[in-house]
Amino acid sequence: MAQRAAQTRRETLIAGMASFAAAAIAPSLAFADAAAVEAEIKKLYGDKKAEAGRIKLDVPQIAENGLVVPINVEVESPMTAADHVKSVHVFADGNPLPGIVSYKFTPESGRAAASARMRLAQTQNIICIAEMADGKLFTAKSEVKVTIGGCGG
Amino acid sequence: MVSRREFIQAGLAGSAMLAGSGLGSIGRLAAQQRLSEAELLRFEPLGNVTLIHVTDLHAQLVPVYFREPSINLGVGEAKGLVPHITGKDFLAHYNIPAGSPMAYALTSEDFAALARNYGRMGGFDRIARVIKSIRAERGDRCLLLDGGDTWTNSWTSLQTKAADVVEAMNLLKPDAMTGHWEFTLGAERVKEITDSLDFPFLAQNVRESEFEDRVFEPQKMFERGGVKVAVIGQAYPYTGIANPRWMFPKWTFSLKDDDVQKEVDAARAAGAQVVVLLSHNGFDIDRKMAGRVKGIDVILTAHTHDALPETVQVGTTLLVATGSHGKFVSRLDLDVDKGGVKGFRYRLIPIFSDAITPDAEMAALVKKVRAPFEADLGRVLGKTDGLLYRRGNFQGTFDDVFTDAMLQVRDAEIALSPGVRWGASLIPGQDITFEDVTNACAMTYPNCYRISMKGSQIKAVLEDIGDNIFNPDPYAQGGGDMVRLGGLTFTIDPYQTSGRRISDLRLARNGQALDAGRDYTVAGWASINQGTEGPPIWDVVSTYLQQKKVITPRPLDAVKVVGAG
Repeated sequence: MAQRAAQTRRETLIAGMASFAAAAIAPSLAFADAAAVEAEIKKLYGDKKAEAGRIKLDVPQIAENGLVVPINVEVESPMTAADHVKSVHVFADGNPLPGIVSYKFTPESGRAAASARMRLAQTQNIICIAEMADGKLFTAKSEVKVTIGGCGG
Repeated sequence: MVSRREFIQAGLAGSAMLAGSGLGSIGRLAAQQRLSEAELLRFEPLGNVTLIHVTDLHAQLVPVYFREPSINLGVGEAKGLVPHITGKDFLAHYNIPAGSPMAYALTSEDFAALARNYGRMGGFDRIARVIKSIRAERGDRCLLLDGGDTWTNSWTSLQTKAADVVEAMNLLKPDAMTGHWEFTLGAERVKEITDSLDFPFLAQNVRESEFEDRVFEPQKMFERGGVKVAVIGQAYPYTGIANPRWMFPKWTFSLKDDDVQKEVDAARAAGAQVVVLLSHNGFDIDRKMAGRVKGIDVILTAHTHDALPETVQVGTTLLVATGSHGKFVSRLDLDVDKGGVKGFRYRLIPIFSDAITPDAEMAALVKKVRAPFEADLGRVLGKTDGLLYRRGNFQGTFDDVFTDAMLQVRDAEIALSPGVRWGASLIPGQDITFEDVTNACAMTYPNCYRISMKGSQIKAVLEDIGDNIFNPDPYAQGGGDMVRLGGLTFTIDPYQTSGRRISDLRLARNGQALDAGRDYTVAGWASINQGTEGPPIWDVVSTYLQQKKVITPRPLDAVKVVGAG
């Protein structure tokens, strides 16, 4: 290893800088931003404003592994015919594509809760939007740090 | 309160320092006379429960010198608060006389001079003596709790896969422990050890990654002095990020207030009159958690190696900070009735090894477990002219030895050394032995790699690590101190936002700016990635020391810290 001067991808990974190196090596990949997420939401709901509250968005503050980041979403609702959660959409503003996952619910769902694993390319915001039976929108946002790690202790 | 005797002692220490080594022995004699065991253990007992806390021993079976940091910056809400006060400010904050035993134990002020007077601290035999003495006095009221970072980071613990420390700890008979570096022994070995212990390894925040099954018991209820005491374990939540996840690939660690709250509520529902969080979160995370989780009476903090002579109170929660490397044992007496904790008394007991009688049984055990390795441990590699230390937010003089060794022995332009907070200090004139080197680097992923990195990647790495240390939200901090650099100088503004802290990166050898697009040869160790190649770092440092023979620490001017937050 000492004799080789040229940098291989494997060596870069060994250096302990996987995430940043991946971002630096693939400059052709375009990443989404806050505007791209807003555009996606606009496609779904037009100019309707979402308010904060009701959504419990559970994501780690620092991802243990950017390739599989757990996400749990729960929206507070009685889940009756008149008052229930219709859908929940999850977006990320720093991945190549902003969409992460979308869920549909009915009163029969009982609870508006779901879990998934997502892949995050870099530190970014996770944005969640919930549509209620009466058309009201709620939103929540949380940043997840994706770090190279190491040096702890 | 400062007694006249302490003033006299302070004066003695000062004169020893000014007059040089000639008076050092007189100062030391006076220091030993003043530091009586009875004085160190003196404690007016209170109430019906006594918590004894040890933590971050880092497998240091025998006494060491350990210099506390001179720079330990607080960011966000922690700015200007303990433990982010150092040196003279720390002494003033706690009204500790300069040159006194506690000034030596708790700060970096006049460290080299005071170390000659007050000697090494810690040692399992002295710790055993103190714990036995508290137990003799308090009987069934005692709970001994180990905060973790106990099993790793000495040569003997590395060679025995922690069997030496585990045997020594078993003799102390802890009631429970939690962990962090323990996991770097690998999942299989950790399970092998924890299954063999007579006490539980508690960790409510470690789960199997697939189905989220528990790996360890989350909490245990004890009855002490007629009081029900629940102890909840919180392992280091970012172990899977800070250390090699491939060593425990099926385990996931978390930092979730809700999960801790559930454990507290369950403990209360089961009748707990006292709820203790045996935590390896680190002080700033614990302080934030104390304000967000309701119903914790005591958080026994760890990880960040802070030693505080008084508890810190957040609402009704008491935070205890016991330091590291065996320098201290904490005793917290609680007065508890049906309604909960009514009063407390606390002492951070300094383990001055020259003043505390070694416990014979433990001394024999330590001798036995070290015997097979004595020849290696005592091998002299060189000598130091000055004080060698690591602990602090930025490069210490011992770190310079590591980065210089990598630059020279691995023929690199730039060297990276991890900012771990463990590693004992050496005082001027001391021989540097193989044990001294391995106390600062014994770990299960020691390979010293040599690779090529672009200037832009080096900058990105520094920014990323900078954010791990100085993110204003403690829950977003990854732990440790700033990475140490060889061959490169830079400016850092800790109070800036992510990606904007590091500037003016220059090659130390010629002052040239780091070229973002150029490839540089970089050596480093402690990579968290599987399959890292290269000789173990202790071989690299040993080779360097044998060539260099005498280390003369140079001024630490490679890192310029700016900004005021």
